[in-house]
This record gives sequence, structure tokens and C-alpha cells, in this order.
Amino acid sequence: MTATDASPAYLPPAGNVRFVGVLASEWTKLRSLRSTVWTLLAAVLMLIGFGLLFSWGVVSRWDRLGPRERLTLDPTTISLNGVFLAQLAIGVLGVLVIGGEFSTGMIRSSLTAVPRRHPVLWGKALVFGVVTLILMAVASIAAFELAQTVLSAKAVSTTLSADGVLRAVLGAAVFLTWVGLFGLALGTILRNSAAAISTLVGVLLVVPILANFLPSDWRDHIDRWLPSSAGAALMTPHHTDAALTPALAGLMLAIYLTVSLAAAAALLLRRDV
Amino acid sequence: MIVGDGLTKVYGEKTAVDHVSFTVQPGRVTGFLGPNGAGKSTTMRMIVGLARPTAGRVTVSGREYRELPAPLHEVGALLEARAVHTGRTAANHLLALAQTHGIPRARVREVIDMVGIGEVADKRVGGFSLGMGQRLGIAAALLGDPATLILDEPVNGLDPEGIKWIRDLLRHLAGQGRTIFVSSHLMSEMSLTADHLIVVGRGRVVADESVASFISRASTRAVHVRSPQTDDLRRVLTDGGADVVVQPDGLLVVTGLAAPRIGDLAGDHGLRLHELSPQQASLEEAFMELTATDLEYHGSTS
Repeated sequence: MTATDASPAYLPPAGNVRFVGVLASEWTKLRSLRSTVWTLLAAVLMLIGFGLLFSWGVVSRWDRLGPRERLTLDPTTISLNGVFLAQLAIGVLGVLVIGGEFSTGMIRSSLTAVPRRHPVLWGKALVFGVVTLILMAVASIAAFELAQTVLSAKAVSTTLSADGVLRAVLGAAVFLTWVGLFGLALGTILRNSAAAISTLVGVLLVVPILANFLPSDWRDHIDRWLPSSAGAALMTPHHTDAALTPALAGLMLAIYLTVSLAAAAALLLRRDV
Repeated sequence: MIVGDGLTKVYGEKTAVDHVSFTVQPGRVTGFLGPNGAGKSTTMRMIVGLARPTAGRVTVSGREYRELPAPLHEVGALLEARAVHTGRTAANHLLALAQTHGIPRARVREVIDMVGIGEVADKRVGGFSLGMGQRLGIAAALLGDPATLILDEPVNGLDPEGIKWIRDLLRHLAGQGRTIFVSSHLMSEMSLTADHLIVVGRGRVVADESVASFISRASTRAVHVRSPQTDDLRRVLTDGGADVVVQPDGLLVVTGLAAPRIGDLAGDHGLRLHELSPQQASLEEAFMELTATDLEYHGSTS
């Protein structure tokens, strides 16, 4: 049909969907939910708080420790113990960034505004990823520095300029961001927050335990390729033979994330919502 | 303009929409009428690209929705299913949508005031009443000042004042040359709002015509006639080609002859008439009549 009506056609205002607009939109979405703010704050507090707690623990036990034990204690690793809990907060938040849209129906509004769909996922990943990376980098450094002040009481502290330390501290921030983005991918794939969180916890905490039950020659081959082990390799200042090198660990994490996000993107585009 | 061409959606065993073809023209309000489960919502979800057709296609302004460079300016949609994060304020919800298209904040404020949710705009949506939620959905649909509006059951949850408001708004927007496509299972609502009707039943289009012609086509055009000479009149009318049913109280329900012809016949035979009243079918009755065989669920009809 052609527009040959007598009534003049209505012309809507101009202004296309642009990726910067999608980024602004995702930033508004992220900052306008209380749960986001509280969860990020919780992650920061866990990271710093547990670093301090473990440091105090070491300092208070120090005089009773034997020389062997004193040697195995690494001041950087002690200060980053909070990652274990912070990863759960960040991972859950990553799931909820998209899972909350599926459970409330917001995803329909989002995909009606951006029907090409992929920009929504990339926008979320970029905004949430950058916010998490910056926040976790600051929190990791704060956790490290505060822990060193405590540890220095017993002369076991180190500095960021020491070999591998800065890489380990920033590695913690990178791994936490990785967990968040992996959660985002799982949330997109499973479209159900509870299922995605369970899967995430399974991958991070349960699979490594199961790997322990494997025959030891199998376990040695499998365990270090797991995301949790790759993460640990990334945030340990001194490389051990059992672990991947930091570069290889980073590469593995990048591969896992790329594959999971690609699957998420493919499913997001194909499915009805 | 919205054009559906052989639009089909199959969910497993069930065909929700079955080769539906239709054109929604600009400049008027087109009602999308059908009982619950007739495929209205699924059709609307396919128009805005949320559901992918199993077969066929549907275009808005000549393009598939997913290909539109500025979807919110082309189409504003209020869908039946909830589409708002309950933890966000109404203003932030609208802002997030506006930002995707670079729509200014001033426009967000404008639509908030337009739909009358100014007082709750900074409250979280989770606490909204059904009516408030509906108004927010309408605000989101109007955000891009779109050329086409698609509203799925917009009067749901609105108070009488709100219903009147949306009716006037839709007529006003259609008058500006926009395409307005409104679904409802309430026929009385459609008779007041729509100029044109697309009627579906069990996933198929059963009518696509103006409201007036829909009613007249469906109407059997019965005429109520009373006369002191019931038997004579009945014979005359039957001979004249009418079907006549005599009610116990003496009322003749005549079909097949128009009222003037009935009056003329009575006059020619010197019969007196005490009543001669053409019966106009309501949209409700027309709908029941036309879709009786297509209805998914038969309600009890009076």
C-alpha cells in the first residue's frame, strides 16, 4: 500500500537507537536499583573486612607459629582472603542484572526499545563490568594496604611494588569482575535467577571439591584449568608448578567468558520473551 | 501502518495465531477484538518483535520491527504482560527507556504529567496499583511520541475517569494521522473507541471492517411489530417473504423485511399497527453472532 491518504501522515521526532544511549540506559538501570548499590557495598566491605580479619588472626597467632608455617604465609594472599565471599556477592549481582529483568518482565520493555537485542547484553556487560572492575580494583588495593598495616606489626608485610604483588592484587579485581560477567551470561542463558546462582556457585565452589575426589593424576590435569583455580593463579604473587601461569590463567578465563557470553547472545536473540 | 501477512504462531501443539493477514491504517482507531485466548496478545507481541512468527511476517511503517532504526519513535507499545522492574521508580524506568533513543529528560517529565502519575513518579513501581501501573505503561508507550500506538487491553484496571481519558486521547492521536491499534475483549469499549474493527476468534480473522458495517452485517435486522390483527398481519408478512415469530404477548418479531416495507404492506391491506420498531443489534450481539462458531470458550449467552 502507498500513503495516498487525504490526511497528512504523522511524522514522529527523529533520534535513532545508538550504543551510547544504550550504555546510558544501562547505567541508569544499574544505579537506580537499591539491590545493586547494597550488593556492591557488601562486596567492598567483605573484601576489606575479611582481609583485615585474617591479618589480625595471623598477627595474634604469630608467636605460636613454627618457622615452616611462617614461611608458607603469604601477606598478599592473606590480604585477599575476602575474595572468597566477595565473589558470591558480585556473582549474584551479575545474575540479577539480567535475571531481575526476566523475573519482573522488564526485559520486554528493554527489548522493545532495543529490538536488535545484542546491544542490551553488551551494554549491560560493559557498564556492569567497568563499574565492578573499578570498584573492586579500589577495594582490592584498600584491602591489601589495610592488611599490610596490620601485618607489619609482625614484619610479614609486603608492598605493591614487590614482585608479582600488584598483578595479584589487580588480579583479584579482574577475577571478581570475571565472576560478575560470568553470572550475567548464566542469567541470560538460564533466564532464572535461582537456577543461574546455583549454577554459578556450583562452578565456583562445588566443582573444585568434586575434582578433589578424582584420582590424583586426573585431578592434577583437570583442577588447574577450572575457573576457580585460574582465578587463584591470577591473584597469587608467586607462581607454583601446579598452577597455570598468570598469563595462561587470564587467557583461560577470557575463553570461558567469551564462550558463555556468545551463548548468551545467541539465545537472547533467538528466544521469545 | 501495520501490515500482517499470513502471520502464524505455533506453540507446541497449539496454534495461537493462524495465518492472520490484516492492515491497520493510520488516521483512525482500529480495534482488535476477540475473546481471551483468541491470539490478540500473541499477535501484538509479534508486531513488536518480542515473539518470532512461526510463519508469515508483520511490518510497521514498511519494516519489520527489529529493523526499525528508532523503534520507540515508530511504535509505542503497551503490552498485557508486566514489563517494569518493580524495584525501580517510575521516573527512572522511563528515563532508562528514553536514554536508548536519546529522548530528553523533559519528555520523560511530560509523559509523566500527561498520564497523571506525577505524585508517584519517584516511588518504586512495586507499590503501584493496577491503574497506576497501567498509566505508567501508557506513559512508556507515549515516550517516543510514536507514529503508531499498540495498546493491549489499555483500559484494564483504569477507573471510569481513566477510561474516558484514554478514549479521548486515542481519538485525538488518531486525528493527528497516527496509527492506533487497540485490543480489547470488551465489545462495548470498542464500540465507543474504535472506527474500524479487526475481529479474531481462535487465531483467525473473522471480520475486518468498519464498526458500523460490522454491526449491520451481523444484525439480522429484526423488526418488532404489534397489531390488534396479529393473525392477518402475520399472513400478509409471510406472503411478503418475511420470517415471523409470534411472541406469547402478541409481539411479532419480523426478519427479512425492512420496517418501511412492513408498514407499506400493512397499509395496503388495511391493517392497523400499534408498534413498528426496527431493532439495532449492539456490537456485543454482532460479535456473539459472528464469532459464535469461532469462540475458543463459549460463555453463557443470555
